[in-house]
Amino acid sequence: MVDLPRRSLLAGMAALGASACAKINDSETTQEVFKAAEDGHRLLHRALAGKQGLAKEFTRDQRSPTFRGNGSVTVADPFYQEQLAKGFPDWKLEVKGLVEKPLALSLADMKGMPQRTQITRHDCVEGWSAIGEWQGVQLGHLLDMAKVKKEAKFIVFRCADLYRGTPYYESIDMVDAYHPQTIIAHALNGEPLPEKNGAPYRMRIERQLGYKQAKYLQAIEAVTSFEQIGQGGGGLWEDLAGYQWYAGV
Amino acid sequence: MAKKHALTTRLWHWVNAVAIIVLFMTGLNISNAHRNLYWGHYGFDPADAWLHVIRFPGWATIPGHYNLALARDWHITMAWPFGVGVLFIWVAMLWNGHFRRDLMTKPKDWTPGAVIASIKAHSGAGAGAHHGYNPVQKILYGGVFGVLLPLILLTGLAISPGSGGYAPWLIDLFGGRQSARSLHFIAAWGIFGFFVIHILLALTDWRLILEMFTGGKRPAEGAAEAPPPAPPVPAATDEGVPAHG
Repeated sequence: MVDLPRRSLLAGMAALGASACAKINDSETTQEVFKAAEDGHRLLHRALAGKQGLAKEFTRDQRSPTFRGNGSVTVADPFYQEQLAKGFPDWKLEVKGLVEKPLALSLADMKGMPQRTQITRHDCVEGWSAIGEWQGVQLGHLLDMAKVKKEAKFIVFRCADLYRGTPYYESIDMVDAYHPQTIIAHALNGEPLPEKNGAPYRMRIERQLGYKQAKYLQAIEAVTSFEQIGQGGGGLWEDLAGYQWYAGV
Repeated sequence: MAKKHALTTRLWHWVNAVAIIVLFMTGLNISNAHRNLYWGHYGFDPADAWLHVIRFPGWATIPGHYNLALARDWHITMAWPFGVGVLFIWVAMLWNGHFRRDLMTKPKDWTPGAVIASIKAHSGAGAGAHHGYNPVQKILYGGVFGVLLPLILLTGLAISPGSGGYAPWLIDLFGGRQSARSLHFIAAWGIFGFFVIHILLALTDWRLILEMFTGGKRPAEGAAEAPPPAPPVPAATDEGVPAHG
């Protein structure tokens, strides 16, 4: 025992430390503390910014020269590829769930609605940022058109891409859903959205990180809870990797 | 009042010690997610980086393997005791006179003579008998409290996209989100540097560490021992410690 080589003792201590850490990380109390900290940041942000506080908008000459594509940058589905080649003539964006008037909108319908253009900064959870000019329809406008029901608490975004074999999805609460800068963008820097950035539509939720900005948008669904969707985390990255549902930090 | 370290100082010291260790080591894990630093509002292309950061090894990070989600959970959580703590200690220091007595510098503290005298006093046999902060200590501690801690806190807020909704001016103040991220990184290493010096010097005399638990005794001698009046008004000419805590 006394002769235990120093190196294996150190390795043993490290292993012990690692398993103790794993226990701390997995414990319910720790997870509750993490959740409380995350909720605290969200409530603080909301208290300081108000529900409608706008993220900074830039001028055209402040844009980044290109806009990086990250995560899914292509969609394998043959129908998607056919539509992409033709300019999405038959692509329908559904608004469904807890709404009185479900919608199925074409790209032409979307372009015919009131538009919002904003030059904003996209912040990835990894740490990088890009700046681009987005054009699209405010989500609040669509929700009003579809007459979203009072019991709706969250808006879920359903996407056409599979990430690691699972359909991408994301969700936000009604405060962010009705934020003026929350738009369904169909154009980036004056051009139709490229495939790597989410053609034909991607969400812009300007006070949260990149993984909330769902790409290849197919459907917008109003729900009371996202517990029954996917693994219940409220988004694919939340389910797969344990990312924070509130991505404002 | 006879304690060398006030209860508020001791309480904050140990809570903050735990918080900054976790914040630093989770921060290194987060840094591994994108190992380039930029100046300005945007930055994603390694060609635009002013610094390519090394990949920090597992023994230096929390957790001990790359896990951005978990590292962020800890970072976001520990940001609370750290951020609230910085506010708390500034209020306490201004209130109890610790700032005025020990950290606030005078112009003469910045002269080479004062620096040499400080080093001599600290290294000689009489180091233990010396009470109060010498000019070098005042400048170093003042730099930590007045510059590094507020800087890392505010740049941390500025990196969060949520801050764009309530303090876009804060992001602009640092020159953009990527500049804020760079400054956050620099401030972290500044605090790390202080941490190393601080630990090494504390280890020279175990009583110093013990006193940070017990409070120790403050001798009532020395010129700097006037009874603390009401919180001081920061002098306009104070070039040492920008008091923007």
